Amino acid sequence: MADIGPGPLHEAITPPTGWRGVAADWASDQRAFTSVPWGKVMMWIFLLSDTFIFGCFLLSYMTVRMSTTDPWPNPSEVFALTISGRPVPLILIAIMTFILISSSGTMAMAVNFGYRRDRARTAALLLATAAFGACFVGMQAFEWSKLIAEGVRPWGNPWGAVQFGSAFFMITGFHGTHVTIGVLFLLIVARRVWRGDFDRGQRGFFTSQRGHYEIVEILGLYWHFVDLVWVFIFAFFYLW
Amino acid sequence: MADASVGGMDAAPIGGAHDAELYHPRSWVTKYVFSQDAKVIAIQYSVTALTIGLVALVLSWLMRLQLAFPGCFDFITAESYYQYITMHGMSMVVYVLTALFLGGFGNYLIPLMVGARDMVFPYANMLSYWIYLLAVIVLAATFFVPGGPTGAGWTLYPPQAIMSGTPGRDWGIVLMLVSLMLFIAGFTMGGLNYVVTVLQGRARGMTLMRLPLTVWGILTATVMALLAFPALFVGAVMMLFDRLLGTSFFMPAIVEAGTHLRHGGGSPILWQHLFWFFGHPEVYIVALPAFGIVSDLISTHARKNIFGYRMMVWAIVVIGALSFAVWGHHMYVSGMNPTFGFFFATTTLIIAVPTAIKVYNWVLTLWRGDIHLTVPMLFALGFIVTFVNGGLTGLFLGNVVVDVPLSGTMFVVAHFHMVMGVAPILVVFGGIYHWYPKVTGRMTNDVLGKLHFWVTFLGAYAIFFPMHYLGLMGVPRRYYELGEMAFVPPSAATLNVFITVAALVVGVAQLVFVFNLVWSLFRGTPAGGNPWRATTLEWQTPQTPPAHGNWGGSLPVVYRWAYDYSVPGADQDFLPQNQPPAARTVPA
Repeated sequence: MADIGPGPLHEAITPPTGWRGVAADWASDQRAFTSVPWGKVMMWIFLLSDTFIFGCFLLSYMTVRMSTTDPWPNPSEVFALTISGRPVPLILIAIMTFILISSSGTMAMAVNFGYRRDRARTAALLLATAAFGACFVGMQAFEWSKLIAEGVRPWGNPWGAVQFGSAFFMITGFHGTHVTIGVLFLLIVARRVWRGDFDRGQRGFFTSQRGHYEIVEILGLYWHFVDLVWVFIFAFFYLW
Repeated sequence: MADASVGGMDAAPIGGAHDAELYHPRSWVTKYVFSQDAKVIAIQYSVTALTIGLVALVLSWLMRLQLAFPGCFDFITAESYYQYITMHGMSMVVYVLTALFLGGFGNYLIPLMVGARDMVFPYANMLSYWIYLLAVIVLAATFFVPGGPTGAGWTLYPPQAIMSGTPGRDWGIVLMLVSLMLFIAGFTMGGLNYVVTVLQGRARGMTLMRLPLTVWGILTATVMALLAFPALFVGAVMMLFDRLLGTSFFMPAIVEAGTHLRHGGGSPILWQHLFWFFGHPEVYIVALPAFGIVSDLISTHARKNIFGYRMMVWAIVVIGALSFAVWGHHMYVSGMNPTFGFFFATTTLIIAVPTAIKVYNWVLTLWRGDIHLTVPMLFALGFIVTFVNGGLTGLFLGNVVVDVPLSGTMFVVAHFHMVMGVAPILVVFGGIYHWYPKVTGRMTNDVLGKLHFWVTFLGAYAIFFPMHYLGLMGVPRRYYELGEMAFVPPSAATLNVFITVAALVVGVAQLVFVFNLVWSLFRGTPAGGNPWRATTLEWQTPQTPPAHGNWGGSLPVVYRWAYDYSVPGADQDFLPQNQPPAARTVPA
């Protein structure tokens, strides 16, 4: 509005205080988030939108879990692995979760080395992250095939409510797709880092925009988000 | 960060952030077909949306013909009538209005109004349009598949949406859901662009509180869409699984024609929650850009600054936030817990407060203004009246006890057509007449425009006012044929004929609009850069229509808000946003 901003006509401005001051500070610059690159803002907003997608998935799962009249299968038994003759509950999921959380660690280190322009270490850590991610997806495929072999289908399962299989395949499948897409982009970005695209400002194949190390951080945001979502899926699906 | 130098046409951005550069097309195809220029994408969006809008218009004709002259048209069966309803509703709400306001007006106006060269991610912006086009093609394809489009009603309520009695159960519903998912994916790409461009891509001096209200409306609507469409996306995924894989997210145990369906244990009301969590914000996704555009139209054509700019901005934001807490008012008769009704009725009525603030501010902007009854102004005024009319019946329907008897009647049809059908489309027309000179460099024909306005405006009232009356009499909506009903007097049939004639006339009037657009493209009087003498940046471009990169050599610098009309002591009755204060004669 007219009373914000510099100019000869506005000599005697006293800065607004209180909430009005908060709004004025936030609104007063050319950019709402100063020195934050466009791509990073975009990723944050996209993740906000994606949060609503996963939120709706999980709320829908809870709703059908309440609406169904059949008993819900016991996750500790269903997701147990038999190791040396004894069922160990949730062991696979525990390992999968550990791997995915670890991949967030390597991702964070990749971002750090990216900003130090350490080309080789960045690429190596991105590849390690991708390997962890691929490992996670592979174990998920193992989990799926085990459950399918035991007779779990989207439309039914041997133990109770049909919604168990539907919600399980839908939610873990949607999350697994996110991880897979993440792995693909990790590989692409690792290749670009390794080739030195981001040091030279090489243009991208599709977008013809110059590459830079902020892309590593933007990809990192996505990767940490996928991790965080897994924590919620883990809590609400496997522990409940 | 040390490395602050980037190439491109402009100086290094503040903070050393690496921002995207302007994309330079190298061939005719990348310039006009697979274009990354927001202005071309805007025109592509608008033309596609208006085309599917004409299809949806014809569908409404067919429905009206059936209601007025039941039994006269052999090709309109009960099944096809429901298919017309479904396709008309879904096309108009999602594929026409949302795409026009956000994809069309948003793409054209955001970069120009905030003083940017283009959207921040031109490539994603281009993909957004082509995925939208694919979604429209899939939607239109349902007319040609076996069984035809789905006839589940535009709300696609399960279980009936995927049960065998419903038309289009085989292919129609599947393609409809796929089309919606595509639309959401495409919209997300565009929507991220609109938000980031407004937040991060503004010209120097363009603070958030100097943005034209059009940009505020589109920004808020886009943020809402990015948060509301996920619910529809998730619902569409689950219904697709229910239909194709035989899951039971929405399907309870059902006996159909004596046999137990293999579904069981699902929650049909879950779909309603997901759908309306999208569906109610959707009303405001359509309305907020309209609010913004109307504010600018009124201020420009009344030569007066907008009354209460700061309040207008906050009202937009508050409406946007509140609209996520009112979805249950679509579900008073769904059988949900009656306690919810109290909550949702309260929030629904609270939303009338910021809305009323906006209406008062528009009226106060007009108050003692220098009103020019140009074609865009006529449409803007028509919007205010229509929106107030539709909004008042919304107060009726927001109350549970009034809604329960009315919700199955034509009263609801009248209400939502007034408030989110006619009112926003009047703004679409007003906006097109207003910005057409900037897009093409030529004025539209004034006489044809006024003809279009008066027939559309009065015709819309002739259509929808009697529907309120029919609804109060108890005439049910969704019925293919009324038949003999004790409580419906024969005069209702006469009224139906009247409505249909009005609908046909209004429909034909839209051809005048289309003709005007095409004719003016070649024969319209040259407009010059700023025919309305408006202050906002899009009218200050060096070329009209704006060339690639919008601003020529250097970006504009903004010195003032968007509403410096009739400033006392100024040389002319408007001061463009990029006019420095030094050039202004300040009274002593």
